[in-house]
Amino acid sequence: MSGIPHDHYEPKSNGEKWLHRRLPIVSLMYDTLMIPTPKNLNWMWIWGIVLVFCLVMQIITGVVLVMHYTPHVDMAFASVEHIMRNVNGGWALRYIHQNGASLFFIAVYMHIFRGLYYGSYKAPREITWIIGMLIYLLMMATAFMGYVLPWGQMSFWGATVITGLFGAIPFVGDAIQTWLLGGPAVDNATLNRFLSLHYLLPFVILGLVIVHVWAFHTTGNNNPTGVEVRRTSRKEADADTLPFWPYFVIKDLFALAVILIGFFAVVGFMPNFLGHPDNYIEANPMITPAHIVPEWYFLPFYAVLRAFDGDVWVVIAASFLTGGIVNAAFFGVIAMFGAIVVLALVPWLDTSSVRSGRYRPMFKWFFWIFILNFFLLMWVGARPAEGIYPYIALVGSAYWFAYFLLILPILGVIEKPLPQPETIEEDFNAHYGPEAQGGTSAPVSNPAE
Amino acid sequence: MMRETRTVSHAEDPHSSRRDFLFYATGGVGAVATGAAVWPLINQMNPSADVQAASTLRVDIADVPVGSQLTVLFLGKPIFIRHRAEDEIEAARAVPLDDLVDPIARNPNIEGEVEALDENRALAPFGDSENTGEWLVMWGVCTHLGCVPLGDGAGDFGGWFCPCHGSHYDTSGRIRRGPAPENLPVPVASFVDETTILLG
Repeated sequence: MSGIPHDHYEPKSNGEKWLHRRLPIVSLMYDTLMIPTPKNLNWMWIWGIVLVFCLVMQIITGVVLVMHYTPHVDMAFASVEHIMRNVNGGWALRYIHQNGASLFFIAVYMHIFRGLYYGSYKAPREITWIIGMLIYLLMMATAFMGYVLPWGQMSFWGATVITGLFGAIPFVGDAIQTWLLGGPAVDNATLNRFLSLHYLLPFVILGLVIVHVWAFHTTGNNNPTGVEVRRTSRKEADADTLPFWPYFVIKDLFALAVILIGFFAVVGFMPNFLGHPDNYIEANPMITPAHIVPEWYFLPFYAVLRAFDGDVWVVIAASFLTGGIVNAAFFGVIAMFGAIVVLALVPWLDTSSVRSGRYRPMFKWFFWIFILNFFLLMWVGARPAEGIYPYIALVGSAYWFAYFLLILPILGVIEKPLPQPETIEEDFNAHYGPEAQGGTSAPVSNPAE
Repeated sequence: MMRETRTVSHAEDPHSSRRDFLFYATGGVGAVATGAAVWPLINQMNPSADVQAASTLRVDIADVPVGSQLTVLFLGKPIFIRHRAEDEIEAARAVPLDDLVDPIARNPNIEGEVEALDENRALAPFGDSENTGEWLVMWGVCTHLGCVPLGDGAGDFGGWFCPCHGSHYDTSGRIRRGPAPENLPVPVASFVDETTILLG
């Protein structure tokens, strides 16, 4: 795979040869695990393993939680309390699953931002990026439906608001919303189908993860320089890469261990820190919580959704041009989904021929503003939609779209990039070689960094 | 001769029309069969018979005292049934149309789009008697973001007040101040006898 010269699996014993002729599964595993990996990967390249770990952890804890959960409006809330109080170790399983979703999203945002900074989405890795975006969308759908299952007040009213987004679609919106809910409002039919899909989608994600890995094993990993691994000879390839096992596996597992210390500290000492207290009140269609907030990982997009009210000129213009079909509510929905669409289209919006942000002096500024803006949107998404907050949300949303639709296309034309290293080996030696280590002549013993 | 005709392409071969027909016919039948198999899988998510059967509700209002409100759950959302006191009705009828944010009655029980006069929103009584506005029936769902407003004289206009984003409704359920764009909608409703309201 990846066209980088490397060792291949050779069946030796008769048993291995027998199996290999019938099913080359050991060969597949060997090539996957021993894939030549750029040896200059930094700590931002650990999130993939963290994400795989999260997916497996969520599936395992989820499968056992379903053994004790009852998907019925009269019993769902109580069954979650039953898990917390009566089921052996149930509190730990549920808190791990609940906070596991947050770790999952922390990791996926780090992973996406890594890709945005180092240009991992650029040719020839567009398919890897698109598959990744599909995984991200499915993650959001899965997390949203999972949040409905405890049948608390935020579950119920969050589901009401989010399915209401589909109701804002002109002409067919009401029919779609009714179809999604299985009735005129969020009720038992909704809860049942959400459990079914919450159980199904992670396995779809698992399938897409395999395709995602397959895609970047075909193109080879990106790396902090964005310079391709030399494929011209085995000697040069060896100078640029190290096999994934054991070098990167051990590095990734070390990072995972550090992250899990923090994760289990949260699970053990502050398991509800990222949750909302209103979700410990059972769902009640007669009483609305004073302030409906989604989970933290949805807040930036929730802010985009609410930013476009009827007073914004683009909304007024869109409404006028379409004869009122695109009203403020529908415009907000378009903007929210559009914010994800422009992210998915970044391989074709970024016109720069330089991959890594490390060699793009102007890009760096806009990138870090983009990151700050992401957190600004997250913060404002949790504020009430009144006073100054809608304006902040509007400015943040405008920058989000400007970054993808204006800044990235224009920067590629006007920016003068810094010189890039010729090879990964050159960059590696500059950072970790003998001369970079304060003049000591001792050989470096930690090449995996 | 036979060998030559076999090597020409489908488009040039006049004898291939039967094969083309079979090809498209098979494809067409396959598409219909796939659609027929998929449709029940999609349609099962639409409201089931018991949910559809719950689309009407009879409410006994004999025991609702004057100046109080009965809230019932209908189609998964609250319905406010208010037995209005004399001063509430007077207040509602004294409001000039120019003071209203939303001048439309939002009442599906009256044909066409009528002005948001209190007479056009209050529920018509049983029989042919005059509409004194005693009963006001409407959805308890704020037209801003779908919260449930507080009643019993809440808000600056003595009607309802939505705690989520501060929308004030008057004693006729009309929006007077705040972000909500429309009056609280009236459901399809009617008196079936002196003390029973039929919803839906």
